[in-house]
Amino acid sequence: MSDNKTTLDFREFRERIGDIRGKEYWRSLEELSRGADFEELMQDEFPRQAAPLANGVHRRDFMKLMSASIALAGAAACTPPSGKPEKIVPYVKQPEDLIPGKPLFFATAMPLGGYTTGVLAESHMGRPTKIEGNPDHPSSLGGTDAYMQASILGLYDPDRSQVVRTFGETRTWSDFIGALQPVLKEAAVNGAGLRILTQTVTSPTLGAALRALVAQYPGMQWHQWEPVSGDNKREGLRSAFGGYVNAVYHFDKASVVVSLDSDFMSDGAGHVRYSRDFASRRRVRHDTKSMNRLYAIESSPTSSGSIADHRLSVRPSQIEGCARAIAAGVGLGAAGAIAENASWIAALVRDLQRNQGAAIVVAGDDQPPVVHAIAMAINQAIGAIGTTITITDSPEVEPVNQLESLRRLVTDMNAGSVKALIMLGGNPIFDAPADFNFAAAFDKVPFRAHLSPYYDETSMLSHWHIPETHYLETWGDGRGHDGTVTIQQPLIAPLYNGRAAIEVLATLAGGMDQSPYDAVRSHWMTNGANETLWRKWLNDGVVTNSALPARTASASTSIPAPVAPKQSGGFELRITHDPNIYDGRFANNAWLQELPKPQTKITWENVLLLSPKSANAIGFGDAERDDLFNEKHTLQADLSFRGRTLRVPVWVVPGMPENVATIHFGYGRKHGGKVASEISEKNPGGVDIYPIRFSDGLTGGAGAQITLVRSAGTYPIGCTQEHQSINPKDVGGDRGIIRSGTFDEYQRNPHAILGEEHEAAAEKDESFYPAFEYKGHAWAMVIDTSVCTGCNGCVIACQAENNISVVGKEEVVREREMHWLRIDRYYRGAPENPEVYHQPVPCMQCENAPCEPVCPVEATSHSSEGLNDMTYNRCVGTRYCSNNCPYKVRRFNFFHYADYDTEAMKPMRNPDVTVRTRGVMEKCTYCVQRINAAKIEAEKDGPQGRRVRDGEVTTACQQACPSEAITFGDMNDPSSRVASLKKEPANYALLEDLNTRPRTTYLGAIRNPNPEIRG
Amino acid sequence: MAQIFHRSTNTLSRVTIFGAVFIAGFVLWVIGGIVRSPYVTNQGIAREQPVPFSHQHHVAGLGIDCRYCHTSVEKSNFAGVPPTQTCMNCHAQIWTNADMLAPVRNSFSSNTPIRWERVHRLPDYVHFNHSIHVNKGVGCASCHGRIDRMNLTYQASPLTMEWCLDCHRAPEKYVRPRDQVFNMAYVASDQKTLGPQLVRAYNIQKLTSCSTCHY
Repeated sequence: MSDNKTTLDFREFRERIGDIRGKEYWRSLEELSRGADFEELMQDEFPRQAAPLANGVHRRDFMKLMSASIALAGAAACTPPSGKPEKIVPYVKQPEDLIPGKPLFFATAMPLGGYTTGVLAESHMGRPTKIEGNPDHPSSLGGTDAYMQASILGLYDPDRSQVVRTFGETRTWSDFIGALQPVLKEAAVNGAGLRILTQTVTSPTLGAALRALVAQYPGMQWHQWEPVSGDNKREGLRSAFGGYVNAVYHFDKASVVVSLDSDFMSDGAGHVRYSRDFASRRRVRHDTKSMNRLYAIESSPTSSGSIADHRLSVRPSQIEGCARAIAAGVGLGAAGAIAENASWIAALVRDLQRNQGAAIVVAGDDQPPVVHAIAMAINQAIGAIGTTITITDSPEVEPVNQLESLRRLVTDMNAGSVKALIMLGGNPIFDAPADFNFAAAFDKVPFRAHLSPYYDETSMLSHWHIPETHYLETWGDGRGHDGTVTIQQPLIAPLYNGRAAIEVLATLAGGMDQSPYDAVRSHWMTNGANETLWRKWLNDGVVTNSALPARTASASTSIPAPVAPKQSGGFELRITHDPNIYDGRFANNAWLQELPKPQTKITWENVLLLSPKSANAIGFGDAERDDLFNEKHTLQADLSFRGRTLRVPVWVVPGMPENVATIHFGYGRKHGGKVASEISEKNPGGVDIYPIRFSDGLTGGAGAQITLVRSAGTYPIGCTQEHQSINPKDVGGDRGIIRSGTFDEYQRNPHAILGEEHEAAAEKDESFYPAFEYKGHAWAMVIDTSVCTGCNGCVIACQAENNISVVGKEEVVREREMHWLRIDRYYRGAPENPEVYHQPVPCMQCENAPCEPVCPVEATSHSSEGLNDMTYNRCVGTRYCSNNCPYKVRRFNFFHYADYDTEAMKPMRNPDVTVRTRGVMEKCTYCVQRINAAKIEAEKDGPQGRRVRDGEVTTACQQACPSEAITFGDMNDPSSRVASLKKEPANYALLEDLNTRPRTTYLGAIRNPNPEIRG
Repeated sequence: MAQIFHRSTNTLSRVTIFGAVFIAGFVLWVIGGIVRSPYVTNQGIAREQPVPFSHQHHVAGLGIDCRYCHTSVEKSNFAGVPPTQTCMNCHAQIWTNADMLAPVRNSFSSNTPIRWERVHRLPDYVHFNHSIHVNKGVGCASCHGRIDRMNLTYQASPLTMEWCLDCHRAPEKYVRPRDQVFNMAYVASDQKTLGPQLVRAYNIQKLTSCSTCHY
């Protein structure tokens, strides 16, 4: 590394930051690194609109096509517009309680990683169209995450497998049962040859069936494997408590939370609930007396870390040292040799000790068991166990070390002792640890059957593939993070001939075809249910009092001695699951693929995250700055780990620790749907990381095994952070797009965080004309930036509610993504470890909307209730409105993005919202379909009607938000929550000096740093 | 050089120039006429149905209330087209062998729905809600015409936006007492005084924002 390249350092960034007045917020390294040309880019509304057509049409052909189109369009105008006659198809026998045109909601549960979260599924005459959280379910409390919202697309996905197959050839279910009989006959004699591989199982019915099967075929073994491993937590808790237990955290009772590389608000069982609980102690209002505090010690930026009050960015291997230092601080074990950050940790420890019984230390799933054990020891020492943490039995039917379970299976397969392998879900060919050589061992098994929603990598190599049902298609059950059981009831009959795991098990047991309904119902009827209770459970979405009881347990407070000191020097590699497509199972879900990732805002692929200095260290110098800090394309590097090399795009992320490379697995699917697999061929997008995920390094590795070398060429990337951005000059103190302050400052003077500009802008509200008087409702929204973690739940909820199209990676690169709601990310401070602020930006519904006067056809106009209406059928696509929108919240449908042709997608759409076509501008409407529905119900109530009550209208984003950051309501109703929030001292509008009078306003982000820690 | 055009073309050009306004006006008038005509609106065109159901017979002849079949008209955006079961409530007893009713019987026995032809069709970008109109005193006949006189059902009104707005801008011209909503033959004796009274009594609003219907 030569000296002249070291200019890609923070020095210049710092200088630039120094130039920005006020509080120094910035959005991306691109913004920091670039000067004039970046600003120019900002000025362009559609910087890529002059891009040539992708398929290279010649000018002459273009002219011919255009003139033909115009002529034909003229001819088309002469036909009656009524088009094809439509049919009305009523029921033969209409179900009871169903009112045509009105949705019904059914409680069910979505499983992920074995654990279920209660949901309410909206059904329009039998078609599920939207998922909401179940307020009665302890893992949800009404909130949802992006996975839950996107699962509705997973249901209708036309790429799901539709038939039983044998190596690609179509077969029937009864063929499979026939083929199974000799296997079962043999298993009855020698059960040890029969193996079942599942993912994590909490379902009591499935668990009972598996146990019965083990009893029926003596010697039969049940293996479990889940690539997003819970083993670290399992083993850590086992060494702390002497058995497999479950820890349920109560963040609503915790004043101080310490995260050891844990993203507890977006990962793992109960994260939606945890997000809500954590936020409940973090909402600061004028009369708030206390606020919780979060310390995040982490090795890569996470959502939870992004709202932390103090964030320590360390290498993955250093987390253990930090944990030991904290433990030593609270009097456990010998003080570690952590010199750096000693004062930071000392202050943290004092804070923990001040909050005995009101603090939590939570370890991340990627941290080794010892860190979990230390965390629990600290929790014991600070009185958290039993108060802020409840220890229960594990909700899993058979908690095991899944890595060892899979290892045993592979060993036995290699030894030839596995005669038949039945896989219920999962995709081990794709996701088993690389050193297991799963495919080679798999090949030695004479009978392999795979139940899977897609015809994927494992299905292709199996003798039998059976399509699996979606959770909205079948009966089942499962436990939530605290053990609460939910009966999973189907909303629709299987669309694609799918079978449930319970059905496959029933045939293995040699029984008759048992329907999942019978299996689940009979299980519960023999386990305490009766007809009344059964109906109540289905209605409520929870089995009453089924949460596992708290155990009186105490964690071992002996800290295991550190093993050999970690090798230092060189790169550390961190491998973890993708925040959007999880372990790869959601790779065919285009909503999740196109969702900007919470921290990087990258869509459609995985990238290698590096700090700016580390990028410099591998040879990306000053000359590459424009390429590296460009949000259209990036550079690539060859990542070698234990002799295996992968070419990966490099992405420089502020807040990454030095010499750490983080990459997410799940991408690079070869089979399993068009979206999942073709992406990588055509674009290309996404690298398969499983080939470098080894059994002794599931979360990465360190030292000399890793080399990172820059490679040639650039790589196109769809990063949305700088798309549709507010002009960078507006960021920072100038006009206060993000406003933040500390809780101390706020208590001294709550108005201070808004700054002087606010006062000035408030006075500037003037007009030649008298203000319009909103006599009826005045819809408004307040978004609390203190509690927003940027989790993306709202973005997908909006997409599902409003039939928003997916555009694909190429179009994202051209800045044409359609999300009506975007979450802007802002940094503050030095790029080594900046503070992060998330700002969801829907349409501001300005009272003086700049978009309205410029529309030549009045397609956008103002409603009497203050909504900025968008009339799609009037729009002729001039895009003047978007050009004139200072907030950049309007989206233009450049091509025919909505899929009008695929039959399977039609029933998915919300019938209350128009499916927009090309050439039309669209944008957030505050979910006006929900407003109108609520108004109609209110108007029908009583002879005169009545006003809509507060809370009767919830927007999709508001309803989804796990941390309840979004409040919506009628500003004219003085008793409404939104009206009281508008009076909060921290309430401010974006660019209020423009006098647009936005109806969407924000509450400034308030953090609660420890005064003992400076910085 | 000889003149290219004959002198008479002067007149022609004058007529053209002065007549341009009238010609353009005429063209617009013709277009306006076409878009309001049944050719475009489908007004007054009876549809052939799988079963030639007569509203005249069932409503005027037998006196069946609208809501016996259109059950959700007071509760939902969709008035509801009756399930086959509703037909069979009576036709299991009467006219059990009528050829005309064979599709109904087939539907019931084979559990396949009858596929009716839609008569009133709004574009997908227009959202109409029956229940609020019925609850605020808009009679069935105000939009659907004298259904009780129709043998085969046809669309009585043009269903153009202009037509919707006519009432949305001045509901007092059309509202009737709630208890007369389902009365096909209702005629107001003095709409000028009754209308405004009802508008106040029912708290009827003049909703003309775009998002009232378009979203």
